[in-house]
Amino acid sequence: MTDTGTVIEVNGPLVRAHLPGTANGEQVQLGALGLTGEVIGLDDDRALIQVYESTEMLRPGEPVTPLGHPLSVELGPGLLGGIFDGIQRPLQSLMSEAGDHIPRGVSIAALDRDKPWSFTPDTELKTGAEIRGGVVLGKVQETDAIEHRILAPPQTRGELLELAAPGDYNLKQVIARVRGPQGDIQELKLFHRWPVRIPRPYRKRDNGIAPLLTGQRILDTFFPLLKGGKGAIPGPFGAGKTMLQQQIARWTNAGIVIYVGCGERGNELVDILESFPNLTDPYSGRSLMERTLLVANTSNMPVVAREASIYLGVTLAEYYRDQGHDVVMLADSTSRWAEALREVAGRLGQMPVEEGYPAYLASRLASFYERAGRVQTLCGDSGSVSLIGAVSPPGGDFSEPVTNHTKDIIQTFWALSKPLADARHYPSVSWTESFSDSVDAAAIWWSREVDASWQEKRTQALNLLGRAEELARIINLVGAEALSPMQRWSVEMAALVREGLLQQSALDEVDSYCSPQKQFALLDLIISLYQQGKVLVQAGVPVSSLLALPEIGRARRAKNLYGNEQMQELAALGKEIHARLEKMRREYEEQSK
Amino acid sequence: MREKEYRYASAAHNGLLFLKSVPGVAFGDRVGIRDQHGRQRNGQVILSSDEVVMIQVLEGTDDLNLDDTWVRFLEEPFEMPLSPDVLGRVFNGIGEPRDDRPPIISRLRRNVNGQPINPIARAYPREFIQTGISAIDGLNSLVRGQKLPIFTGSGLPHNKLVAQIVRQSKLLGEESRFVVVFAAMGVSYADAGFFRDDFESNGVLGNVAMFINLADDPPIERLILPRTAMTAAEYLAFDQDLHVLVVLTDMTYYAEALREVATAKGDVPTRKGYPGYLYSDLAEIYERAGRVRNRHGSITMVPVVSMPSDDITHPIPDLTGYITEGQIVLSRELHNQDLYPPVNIPPSLSRLMKDGIGKDDTREDHPRVASQLYAAYAKALEVRNLASIIGPDELPDLDRKYLQFADGFEQHFLAQGVDEDRSIVQTLNIAWELLSLLPGEVLSRVSEADLARYHHWDRTT
Ligand SMILES: Nc1ncnc2c1ncn2[C@@H]1O[C@H](COP(=O)(O)OP(=O)(O)OP(=O)(O)O)[C@@H](O)[C@H]1O
Ligand SMILES: [Mg+2]
Repeated sequence: MTDTGTVIEVNGPLVRAHLPGTANGEQVQLGALGLTGEVIGLDDDRALIQVYESTEMLRPGEPVTPLGHPLSVELGPGLLGGIFDGIQRPLQSLMSEAGDHIPRGVSIAALDRDKPWSFTPDTELKTGAEIRGGVVLGKVQETDAIEHRILAPPQTRGELLELAAPGDYNLKQVIARVRGPQGDIQELKLFHRWPVRIPRPYRKRDNGIAPLLTGQRILDTFFPLLKGGKGAIPGPFGAGKTMLQQQIARWTNAGIVIYVGCGERGNELVDILESFPNLTDPYSGRSLMERTLLVANTSNMPVVAREASIYLGVTLAEYYRDQGHDVVMLADSTSRWAEALREVAGRLGQMPVEEGYPAYLASRLASFYERAGRVQTLCGDSGSVSLIGAVSPPGGDFSEPVTNHTKDIIQTFWALSKPLADARHYPSVSWTESFSDSVDAAAIWWSREVDASWQEKRTQALNLLGRAEELARIINLVGAEALSPMQRWSVEMAALVREGLLQQSALDEVDSYCSPQKQFALLDLIISLYQQGKVLVQAGVPVSSLLALPEIGRARRAKNLYGNEQMQELAALGKEIHARLEKMRREYEEQSK
Repeated sequence: MREKEYRYASAAHNGLLFLKSVPGVAFGDRVGIRDQHGRQRNGQVILSSDEVVMIQVLEGTDDLNLDDTWVRFLEEPFEMPLSPDVLGRVFNGIGEPRDDRPPIISRLRRNVNGQPINPIARAYPREFIQTGISAIDGLNSLVRGQKLPIFTGSGLPHNKLVAQIVRQSKLLGEESRFVVVFAAMGVSYADAGFFRDDFESNGVLGNVAMFINLADDPPIERLILPRTAMTAAEYLAFDQDLHVLVVLTDMTYYAEALREVATAKGDVPTRKGYPGYLYSDLAEIYERAGRVRNRHGSITMVPVVSMPSDDITHPIPDLTGYITEGQIVLSRELHNQDLYPPVNIPPSLSRLMKDGIGKDDTREDHPRVASQLYAAYAKALEVRNLASIIGPDELPDLDRKYLQFADGFEQHFLAQGVDEDRSIVQTLNIAWELLSLLPGEVLSRVSEADLARYHHWDRTT
């Protein structure tokens, strides 16, 4: 550890200090208040420090104490259900200690040191066994829904001398001793630390194979993301980024959800905290909060900690991945993170290249998203981290740097559209601007688990939407009367796809979550109706008499009328519609004879 | 306070004053400056090193004679003295009286920058406020503790609308009214006077704390004014258990002052020359609204933001929209048709509406009616657009109904008098009158039960 230094200059969140011997990334404490900061640049024996807390009333001459380690996260049981700030201070304890506001200079350990956990050692592990990083030493039940495996920290290597017997242990107690190759003794506890800016190691990368289901039709059916994939949700303010991310957090089939509120509203986190404990995970049947972890650095909290919060979140995600879980991390919003980078770069006098952003914006974004993936863990299991970042482009302009670079990196792009949001078409995911590179991979899963015609029907629906868009241009020039009956039918059926399939209100109790089976049933219902109707129109049945059928209204409302468990009723509706059209066709044939 | 006064500042320009070789000055320290005429100015340290100290001078630096300018570091941040007596008073940006009455004397003084609320200490806002204005109550409901700005343009009647909101806002079934913190930055004497007169004629002046910086007052003071005002609002809400309605007008002048100082400091400019930290800076102000668990009071905020050249993508409304919980957007087109209040419905939004309306709060059908009105109006506007190209006679029947709906919606739902205070039930009933112009089959956002109960298409056709 280096000696104490002194503050030379205070410029907002950036401090210059005399601090010989420090290293980039080292954590420091500043001044009488003990503010926390991080060394981000060196210039001889001077250090540039970004401070995670407000520097008000800090002055040149005050001491700077180096802490000897980089910004690290505590990893162990007690994380789930919790809410932490950008540097992993537990907000609940912070409130008990300091009241309604966040004070400065308070440091509280992320994990409760005294809480006992019931530890079950791995019975396969015998004294003398070779221990390497990632080996499962045992497990504790972290929440009723989630089993937490206690892993040897990645750098561990040696021979097991002792493993604790089953029983209650707190985080201060040693649960294993390992003798390293040099004869050094390592004491392992229920938790360890890891520097947030360094990706956690794994054995190898695997391709994604299963879709990350979200219960949202426009995502799962139209623009799927795989477990271990990277997705982005760009959209102007109020388009629905946060709602969509919250919907994913609610309904995803990932085992663990890490939600990072990065520079966004305090009330949105309260919304999660108040609603999630009372919501049930559709897969485990347990309270959603048991699998959820929140990181909150709201827009009014110091900017620099915002930058850290994203790394904190992804490190937590990797840690659960290493235990063999499928983890999804949602970051709202990566633009605020990029702006925090820009802010520090600007104060450092670094050359701005586009809209004030430094040249390394693209590479920082890429290396963040690179931490997503499906991997074989150090102990040989399979686990994944899916990353989904909201992007908040200024003026809703997708050509701005953050959206633009993100688009190059991710696999699934859920572009939100202002016109759709303005018409209250939610989720306002645009079917023309969005894309997914993972449709073929997802199709394998869908045809195996749901229906072999999934991909074909999905394509038909998208084509129909595309055709209607072209026809809309004609209508806007010369009016709907100029369309042929077949064109008119396409336009009407595209509207049905939009209303009956794509629109899905998060606030609707029945429709908020849609199972893959119901997703396909609705798709099938509407596409079959369209195809069958085409035959009738071809035979000369007037479109208006088709549209007058009450069954079409039922198809439009089917998503709200039938719950996920009413698949039979939904199938019956399909049959009913089919029979009705068939009857109509026959009647028409009779008449025209 | 340091005893020592410093002279010989090395430079002064654009509201910044530079002092060399004053060691150990605290960042953010409040500074007293005595100019060559013996007049006092206020400043704040925005960069401090042993070599140079940079001070932002609220009253500006244009005419400073550096040989005769004296600087004293006060060793304290900007603070606002607080007592219940702030109500009924008028202050400047740093909380000094502007009404020729004595300053507030209180032992309780708080740093105007406040401290961020711990997000988990917040309570989610969910109590419906009836403003009596259909465009708001019906479609973009305001709840207690929400921050809902008005996006407007020069010459639009935002002042009238804000005054009407202030006058009419109440909670259903509750007597207690709001107290008001009124913060004016860079507005004209006439605009500030309009509000003062309105408060006075309604006999509520005693329940209003005003913080005023007019168009011809020093612009840099605008940077601190909303912070001072929010400090008072927090005190009234969370110490005095009052429900506070904060009006901030006009945040655009605030942001322009910020840009001025940022440019002078040499900060890296981003869009339209605004500094990259404009978002965080605005959030520090807006996020002070809300509710706090276990506290009775609340802060509801209605900022006025004018959109330069009516452009909603301009950085100031844009970043505001990214922070606030929705926006009420005013339309020049509707205003030119003499329609009041000229609320542009499609881009307007209240994000907190969903938890404040419906069965136990307003009426059971409210959420679906709102969604249906939005969808139908969006469709009707498309039809209107089409009609302007091909002529209304070419339109199919249903489309003509939509045209009728659009007109009715604007004339009967949106339009209302400046003193017309509609109950939410009245608002919803007007909505159903209008939805009944359309056949039930196309109203897919409302339930079949709603249709059976409220829709009377047959009677209207
Ligand atoms: N899936 C949805 N179902 C129902 N309503 C929605 C949905 N998505 C968005 N909304 C509506 O739109 C509003 C705005 O959504 P949201 O807060 O998610 O926008 P945002 O894109 O995150 O905006 P910002 O960038 O300002 O944070 C919500 O409050 C809600 O009323
Ligand atoms: Mg959002």
